[in-house]
Amino acid sequence: MNGQVSWVGLVTSLALVAFAAAISLWQRLGLERQVLWSAARALIQLLIVGVVLAWLLQPGRSLWWSWAWTAGMILYAGDVARRRAPEVPRLGILAVAAFASAAVITLGVVFGLGVFPLQSRTLVPIAGMMIGNSMTAVVLVARRLVDELRDKRDEVEARLALGQPSRQAATPYVKTALRSALSPQIETTKATGLVFLPGAMTGLILAGVPPLQAVLVQAVVMFLVLGSTATTTVVVALGLIRHIFTPDHRLRQLPRRPELAGRA
Amino acid sequence: MFEFVDVVVERDRVRALDGFTAAVPGHGVTAVFGPSGSGKSTLLRLCNRLEVPTSGRVSFRGADVAGLDPLRLRRQVGMCFQRPTPFPGTVADNLRVADPEAGEAQMQDVLARVALTGSWLDRDATALSGGEAQRMCLARTLIARPEVLLLDEPTSSEDAAAARVIEQAVRELADTGLCALWVSHDAAQVARIADRVLRIEHGRCLGIEPVPADPDAGQVAR
Repeated sequence: MNGQVSWVGLVTSLALVAFAAAISLWQRLGLERQVLWSAARALIQLLIVGVVLAWLLQPGRSLWWSWAWTAGMILYAGDVARRRAPEVPRLGILAVAAFASAAVITLGVVFGLGVFPLQSRTLVPIAGMMIGNSMTAVVLVARRLVDELRDKRDEVEARLALGQPSRQAATPYVKTALRSALSPQIETTKATGLVFLPGAMTGLILAGVPPLQAVLVQAVVMFLVLGSTATTTVVVALGLIRHIFTPDHRLRQLPRRPELAGRA
Repeated sequence: MFEFVDVVVERDRVRALDGFTAAVPGHGVTAVFGPSGSGKSTLLRLCNRLEVPTSGRVSFRGADVAGLDPLRLRRQVGMCFQRPTPFPGTVADNLRVADPEAGEAQMQDVLARVALTGSWLDRDATALSGGEAQRMCLARTLIARPEVLLLDEPTSSEDAAAARVIEQAVRELADTGLCALWVSHDAAQVARIADRVLRIEHGRCLGIEPVPADPDAGQVAR
């Protein structure tokens, strides 16, 4: 079989989606439409990406197309981050800067030091994993930092009133936000192999790659994700501080999260 | 000490100060007295540039505060807020936020000014009661050796005994040369602590007048 899935196999696996929708109906969760829609949407998106990747990875295709694809992913990821946390000022631009910084550092290490050969076949999936896995952490750090500074405004202003520069006054809250955003990734990294088998490794084994080789690839991917998460969160946190405080060290008014805005 | 010339502060189309003009002398305690929402806190926050005017001019010792280094200004003009704001850590950690070089003797001295002893230095600042935390916050402000003290209703959530300790401490500091601006809406407190009162209403100054000595007000010792 060598891990290949036929169209019949794909249709058969849709039975699991129907099973999830059935549970929703049985328990009257009202989620069956969302279950079906999300599965259909994911399938369509994956098929489109598959067609584009097939074109992108054709032998002889210029590597520039893969770089353009990577740049497109970064821009789109910035827009997704902005829409997920609309209350965070300028998150779209900051997220793009963060993903770009992480790309320079992580892809620089992975390809510059020869961990993987620089080819379309390696560049696109690795950049995708780097961006996709950092996305949650970027949104998390931005939201947490804005929440901290808004909810502890009195404390922050007390620090400013003592003559602390805004960067120094914000440091305890930046640390809290960074810890909360990085901890899940650190926990995931610690539990890898013991509690769960990660996606890249599982995919490689299913595709017939020897397990030890799959483990080595997965380890590199984990370290890449850890590095990119640390880079993106710190860029977003430090960048946000520049926007949240005025140049004369005053804390700007910060809006509440849309879902919390109506609460007292 | 502070001069306000036709100062307007507008937020969300609401004017917190509306053409405020006044000059605050550089000695003693000036009470800023007025009803809730009259612009008292906004006036105080203009003095250390936690807020900037929409229009008009605020001067500190003749210099426009807009042209001063805000960090230096805030070390000269200390502020104690309405609600106590202890930072995580011990009382000593809190004092070192204001003055990282402060030695133990200096910290004990500043705690004594607010009727706390040196044994408090190792206590968890976030576990103090409201009144204790407010006194610690006042000590934290004082350890930076400000020339002016801004107090934004610092006793509004304290019991009478805790309030009297803070009143006494500020009065003693004022008598040794520190200039204080104390926001209050408590007429009896104004009579106890202030040398003069600046009346404010609807964001405008109604005038500055001396506070007459009133033996019935239980005036703080001067």
